[in-house]
Amino acid sequence: MRLMLSGKATCNSHGQDSSYFLGWEEYEKNPYDQTRNPQGIIQMGLAENQLSFDLLESWLSENQDIAGFKRNGKSIFRELALFQDYHGLPEFKKALVQFMEEIRGNKVSFDPNKIVLTAGATSANETLIFCLAEKGDAILIPTPYYPGFDRDLKWRTGAEIVPIHCTSSNGFKITARALERAYQEAQNRNLKVKGVLVTNPSNPLGTTMTQAELDLLMDFIIEKQIHLVSDEIYSGTVFSSPNYTSIMEVLSKYEKAEVWDRVHVVYSLSKDLGLPGFRVGAIYSNNDSIVAAATKMSSFGLVSSQTQYFLSALLSDKKFTKNYISENKKRLKKRHASLVSGLQNAGISCLESNAGLFSWVDMRHLLKSNTFKAEMELWEKIVYDVKLNISPGLSCHCSEPGWFRVCFANMTEETLEIAIQRIKAFVESVSRGHDKAIGGKKCLNINLRKKFSKWVFRLSFHDREAGER
Amino acid sequence: MSYVSSNRKPLLSRKATNDGHAEKSPYFDGWKAYDKDPFHPTQNPSGVIQMGLAEHQLCFDLVQEWLVSNPEASICTKKGVDKFRDIALFQDYHGLPAFRNAVAKFMGRVRGDKVKFDPDRIVMSGGATGAHEMITFCLADPGDAFLVPTPYYAGFDRDLCWRTEARLLPVVCHSSNNFKVTRKALEEAYAKAVEANISVKGLLLTNPSNPLGTILDRDTLREAMSFINEKNIHLICDEIYAATVFRQPDFISIAEIIEEDQEYNRNLVHIIYSLSKDMGFPGFRVGIVYSYNDAVVECGRKMSSFGLVSSQTQYLIASMLSDDQFIGKFLLESAGRLATRHTDFTDGLRQAGIKCLNGNAGLFLWMDLRGLLMDSTVEAEMALWQVIINDVKLNVSPGSSFHCSEPGWFRVCIANMNEETTKVALERIREFVLRNGNKPNRKEKCWQSDLRLRLSFRRMDEVLRSPCIMSPHSPIPQSPLVRTRT
Repeated sequence: MRLMLSGKATCNSHGQDSSYFLGWEEYEKNPYDQTRNPQGIIQMGLAENQLSFDLLESWLSENQDIAGFKRNGKSIFRELALFQDYHGLPEFKKALVQFMEEIRGNKVSFDPNKIVLTAGATSANETLIFCLAEKGDAILIPTPYYPGFDRDLKWRTGAEIVPIHCTSSNGFKITARALERAYQEAQNRNLKVKGVLVTNPSNPLGTTMTQAELDLLMDFIIEKQIHLVSDEIYSGTVFSSPNYTSIMEVLSKYEKAEVWDRVHVVYSLSKDLGLPGFRVGAIYSNNDSIVAAATKMSSFGLVSSQTQYFLSALLSDKKFTKNYISENKKRLKKRHASLVSGLQNAGISCLESNAGLFSWVDMRHLLKSNTFKAEMELWEKIVYDVKLNISPGLSCHCSEPGWFRVCFANMTEETLEIAIQRIKAFVESVSRGHDKAIGGKKCLNINLRKKFSKWVFRLSFHDREAGER
Repeated sequence: MSYVSSNRKPLLSRKATNDGHAEKSPYFDGWKAYDKDPFHPTQNPSGVIQMGLAEHQLCFDLVQEWLVSNPEASICTKKGVDKFRDIALFQDYHGLPAFRNAVAKFMGRVRGDKVKFDPDRIVMSGGATGAHEMITFCLADPGDAFLVPTPYYAGFDRDLCWRTEARLLPVVCHSSNNFKVTRKALEEAYAKAVEANISVKGLLLTNPSNPLGTILDRDTLREAMSFINEKNIHLICDEIYAATVFRQPDFISIAEIIEEDQEYNRNLVHIIYSLSKDMGFPGFRVGIVYSYNDAVVECGRKMSSFGLVSSQTQYLIASMLSDDQFIGKFLLESAGRLATRHTDFTDGLRQAGIKCLNGNAGLFLWMDLRGLLMDSTVEAEMALWQVIINDVKLNVSPGSSFHCSEPGWFRVCIANMNEETTKVALERIREFVLRNGNKPNRKEKCWQSDLRLRLSFRRMDEVLRSPCIMSPHSPIPQSPLVRTRT
């Protein structure tokens, strides 16, 4: 029967045969609950922002007109139900670009006519690549990167990803050498490099790009005459210095040069506003042809008019957005500090970070050997014995074993505290030399280890949830 | 803006710069005239009436009433806000269980509960547009083909071929037998493909048909099943107009046929559904791929990440479609109103001497204007179309944009306007026919103003050359939604 389906249906490019999968499976079988299942697995592999729903809910209670599909007391249900124009609701686009400007400290301005709405950043990234690349082309991406890119950028587009290897030696920053090496590797593989895609702030690192990196990228794309896509979906989560610099700010220094047509931003409300279910993504570009093509392609994944309407009202409320942006950052900062200090007390350090919904945690000292096999073994222990679902660096294509992404914004403070206690206890047991599996799951683990060894070097990610990052 | 960078490397992909989006089709051209001069009963009574948009606008009063009585269906109201957080976070590509259950139940009801649908086979997509592209990505490789009976919905050229690089091969149907899909035509199309070394992956049927407004009878469906089983190719049934059947004979879904014979290979059958036509909710982007093939469900689900239904909308729809009493009332009322509107138009047209294909479904009529053509050519059809848009001021869709093999047919949408506008449209048609000779027939050709038609031909050229910048999903211009608030 599989012969009857397309190549895309039968290949593994969707990336779901992943080392992630077991962690999720285990979590779903045994999910932590404060009262009903306090011994369960705590989910720390999900980059969600659950810290500021009260702000949204209180806005709703004061704006009930919006709730009932009404504007000024009059029902607009009919118009909304019929509205399928791929140009998007004008008032929503206006409010969205203003929100994006506000997040960037109003240091850049966005034109609502240059934004294309898509069903989540998942769709935005795929659509943009459909516009820029095809089979035989490559996109360069710095490692470590969001595992979902393997699906979003390659699966149906036919494009390839070539990694720009970054290392802990300089805090995983992009270097000129790494860029050149990646470019060369693509050439060696007979691939035409069409562009570079960066995530800024970074997932999984949680860091914002330095001015030097941004300038380096601009020089590189100008020299190679290629595109630059900046995935800025975490731009609203920058909770401490250094201040965030969007690629659009850097671009404005280049005075309408040809490069303006080759720099594009991807945005979404899934992380900053914590609304992944609403599927709100966007592509922003100064390139008219791309805006035109992407707009037509957005037909395959438009944003529900119901959702556009609600969000246009929410984001048009400047009092709300100002307060939300600042309050959200405060809460993220506090939560981040809790995790980092908690881990520190357990002798575990994190990459210094100022953004995102996660920390990039250094557990290299806990590895039996400096190998990915050892990383997988450690991960297995953390999932089954410590009962935390965290994301191994291998699944993010990190070139060094021992790093893990640990999310902190998708749980209560109490739950985070418990997670930290569990880690502490685990580290203590390791240092006491008791590194055997606690909980008697050893025999079960042998079969699972067999499965793991198959996946150790395979590209991996978890996509059970559409936009999980 | 140049398409190549200064060192001659193409800046954009071929997909971004080719015409695969199919918007150069005359189907979308008619919008231009309409958008420039849209009809309004009081503000612009001589404007162009939109009859090229297959929307169901006849039952919003029922839905609005339901919404007022069910505030908890919206997560934004006081009654529903306790669900806000969970729904806002829900991005699981399996979809809300309540949503899948409600959609499966609704699909069954629309088919008179003659079949049951399994909620676990429901895969979400970005409208039917997204569903068609997705199923094609699952079934076909670049270069593979799908057979599709003509005339067919113009959007299929984009949905099934643009980014997937699949192709569509026509199965030509004729008015001589009311455009029936015959086994002979299927076999001919298949043989042609084989001869040209094209790999046929499946057959795409739209039932009820757009643009014909008819349903497929049991024999045709059985022939189609037998054909695809024999050739071992897929069958995609687009049933998005299922609930717009307003008169006998009853709608027969492929889901019924599949149960008739255990020998049928169920792995070959897939249904495309949506709420855009049956409920009138195109803006909510609720598309469904229902497949009897487990591997397709699995693959489709992963692909649905690219076009999930907003959880806010899933929640609302789940609530609405689960209300048995409301749905029963809605389906009955909708069919009744569509029947009335259909009769109003067909009667009115008959009085003007214009015939339509005998249909019992859809949101449109398939109008026969062959008698008004100068010649039986596409050029003559386009010339007549120009006259209808510019002089009669009705935006209708020419048959050639649906790949109809016979010139002179036009699709006329009738469910996207109120009764008043209906009367105005009919009046204009009556006047047009009167001006251009009574009771025209193909043999008589009583044109007094054939000169006008020749001039119109030139105008058509101009329209077709200029790029279409309007969205094929243009909103109603008098909608407050398209005016940005300052």
